[in-house]
Amino acid sequence: MTQDLIYSVTSLALFGCGFYGLLALPHILRKLLAINIMGVSVFMLLLATANHGTSIDPVPHAMVLTGIVVAVAGTALCLKLAVNINAIDQNERDSNHQ
Amino acid sequence: MFDRLVLHETSGTKPALKSSTKIACGLASFALSGGLIAALLLSERAGPGLAALTASRMDESGVENPVTAVLLNFRSYDTLLEIAVLLIVAVAMLSMQPSATNRSMVEVNHRHSGDPVLAGLLRWLVALATVLSGYLLWTGAYAPGGAFQAGSVIAGACVALKLSGRYHFFWHPLKARLLLTIGLAVFVLVGGFCATGDKRVLEYPLEYAGMLILIIELAATVSIAAILLLLFTGLQDDKPDATQAGRPST
Amino acid sequence: MMGPTVHLLPALIGIPLFAAISCLLINNRKITACFSLAAAALLLALVVNLLEPLRLNTTAGGLTYQLGGWGAPLGIDLFVDGLAMILLLVTAVLILILSIYSVFYFQSNEKAARFWPLWWLLVAGLNCAFTAADIFNIYVALELIGLASVALVALDGSRASQVAALRYALVGLLGSLLYLMGVALLYRTYGTLSVVEISSLSQADALSTAALLLITTGLALKTALVPLHFWLPPAHGGAPAPVSAILSALVVKASFYLLIRYWLEILAPAAAELTMQLLGILGATAIIWGCLAAFRARRLKILVAYSTVAQLGYLFLLFPLVAADNSAETYGTTAIAAAMYFLVAHALAKSAMFLAVGNILTAYGHDEIRRLQGIARQQPLSLFTFAIAGVSLIGLPPTGGFIAKWLLLNAAISNAQWWWVAVMLLGGLMAAVYIFKVLNLAFISTSLDQATGCAQVPLGMALPGLILAVLAVCLGFNAEWLIDLLSIGGTAETGTLK
Repeated sequence: MTQDLIYSVTSLALFGCGFYGLLALPHILRKLLAINIMGVSVFMLLLATANHGTSIDPVPHAMVLTGIVVAVAGTALCLKLAVNINAIDQNERDSNHQ
Repeated sequence: MFDRLVLHETSGTKPALKSSTKIACGLASFALSGGLIAALLLSERAGPGLAALTASRMDESGVENPVTAVLLNFRSYDTLLEIAVLLIVAVAMLSMQPSATNRSMVEVNHRHSGDPVLAGLLRWLVALATVLSGYLLWTGAYAPGGAFQAGSVIAGACVALKLSGRYHFFWHPLKARLLLTIGLAVFVLVGGFCATGDKRVLEYPLEYAGMLILIIELAATVSIAAILLLLFTGLQDDKPDATQAGRPST
Repeated sequence: MMGPTVHLLPALIGIPLFAAISCLLINNRKITACFSLAAAALLLALVVNLLEPLRLNTTAGGLTYQLGGWGAPLGIDLFVDGLAMILLLVTAVLILILSIYSVFYFQSNEKAARFWPLWWLLVAGLNCAFTAADIFNIYVALELIGLASVALVALDGSRASQVAALRYALVGLLGSLLYLMGVALLYRTYGTLSVVEISSLSQADALSTAALLLITTGLALKTALVPLHFWLPPAHGGAPAPVSAILSALVVKASFYLLIRYWLEILAPAAAELTMQLLGILGATAIIWGCLAAFRARRLKILVAYSTVAQLGYLFLLFPLVAADNSAETYGTTAIAAAMYFLVAHALAKSAMFLAVGNILTAYGHDEIRRLQGIARQQPLSLFTFAIAGVSLIGLPPTGGFIAKWLLLNAAISNAQWWWVAVMLLGGLMAAVYIFKVLNLAFISTSLDQATGCAQVPLGMALPGLILAVLAVCLGFNAEWLIDLLSIGGTAETGTLK
């Protein structure tokens, strides 16, 4: 029981940390890391919920696996957009120099 | 907070957020965490969830690993949609790539004289990764493992190939697009063809369940590997092709 | 009990997924266009075919389909009742008309090859969200919708659209994560993911309330409820025209639909009247603020996008009105019927408006409002569409928008919540001001050589918008039909609503 509490309380604290990072840090990479921290915290809570001591509930495990894939996809899409913006800025700067 | 998205950290300029805003953000996050923790401590947690129910129906699922049974049989619809989510990002990556219509999917830069040690290592590593991925896929039926794990191992091997500078991947040819979509296509087709007679969509016949799950997983592995590799190559700087095949990159 | 048509329910998601795969593989503009039109027509035929079994099945509360044959707590069910049916129907109609428009819009553009797969994946996500009966399945559907929308906004490669898409993506991911945390808390409390089971078990304990608040915040972010609306104008204003239309008409409505489900059905006991009043106040703020911002907008597309923020505010007035209405037993009650009617009317009118603006943008290459003097003479059809849609948004008779506002006013008056009446009337007045500001400019006789910079817009782009606008008007003559449909379901399996 205490094990479950330690994991779930930590995960909720982590959720807040990620939330702060997303709001307060201006750099896009940090925002993305913060979002991933929030994601991991939810996964941690799900895994804590899955553990019933003697038996393991497989449904939260499956949810976490699905969630990981979705998180990868979302992060990659954001990164791609950031890379695009950076490339456009770079082009602009190059053409200004010439 | 979302108005100013910074891509470069420029030293010397003033911080993007006022400290008062930061304190407000901190308080909000603290309240969020605190409130959730308080709610958690105040509430009872439910019984064993779906563990017992899943265990009781395991022998109808066609596999022995409960997580695989949930992912690919009981809640296969979620997994199908998850592959669709991956496909969205793959298409988004494609749409921004300069369309290189006349390239084949894998191009080998023969003139690239890479590190002989690296080349030798890769020769071992890629073969090993392929075997490992096959093992992960197979073992998913009765132990942790499965399509995503297998696919990411293959994608990792391909990323190593890409990083060695000798191999380049292009995603415009039909062959490449087939690799990207085969996972979802096989899943949708198998799911649809299950619905004959009085069966429902995604209801595998019991005697073929294990086989059908393996087929779906195999196709999903291919697509997941391809998409993950596409995500990696799509994120690399598409600098107007200094490293393209035909020109030595050193 | 289940007729053969019920077995077609999974095809609502299957057809779009199949279309997406095929469009990606075919990669030829003309063939994908024909294929997409066929798929859109098929989808509409399918939804229309589901209407009859739904009517026959009123006792069961709606149509249920057990995917994989496992049944609710273990497997995933699809569930369609009157409320979901209306959204499915609107989706199918809009997708067909917007697909026709897109065929012409992306005619000279190689982006079309990438547009269609994303378009169909978005449709799959929408249909999935409307038919979902599993809270984790809803999360996956939300991600499908969110990521596909982001990718579609980014389709136009300009810097502004990339920045808008990135902000939209961050907000969307935050919204989904808040939602997912809510799901985790609910699973912890109730040990099940099935909507039906949670609805019957749910209580007003601390964790359920926390989950409801998390889910509400996440979905309100995605619905762009003031003050969480900041991402909407650049994203909706920077996207290609058919994408803007579907974003404003359906994507924000999907999360609103889920909000209705959570507040009135899944977690109804945890929904306190005070928080429902708060949602109403935020909605009222959205109406006023959205109208003000729309009036100050310099670009026509941004104006239309802010108008969406305002119109979404009306939808949120549903919550305080339902909270007061204790006699409410089904989704057919006045307040919910009014909100759903409003949703449909707005979906039709707003997509018509975005298409009209898209045509103006195509014709002139810009959409700066003060440079649009006298365009009525050169673009009469687009302006006509804009005007009809505008009349419906303001809520003048005989449009669907009028009936919708009338129903909302009735609900507010019968619940003796007169202050919402004042907000609604003021909102209508302010909408009239910003719509007529545009029309006034457009009908001024042109002073300069405007005609030179005007390109021809093909009829295939002008007509779909007009059809949508006319549909928005026709909706005003068909009120009972929609309300009858809405009253199917909602009670039989989940017990009485709040």
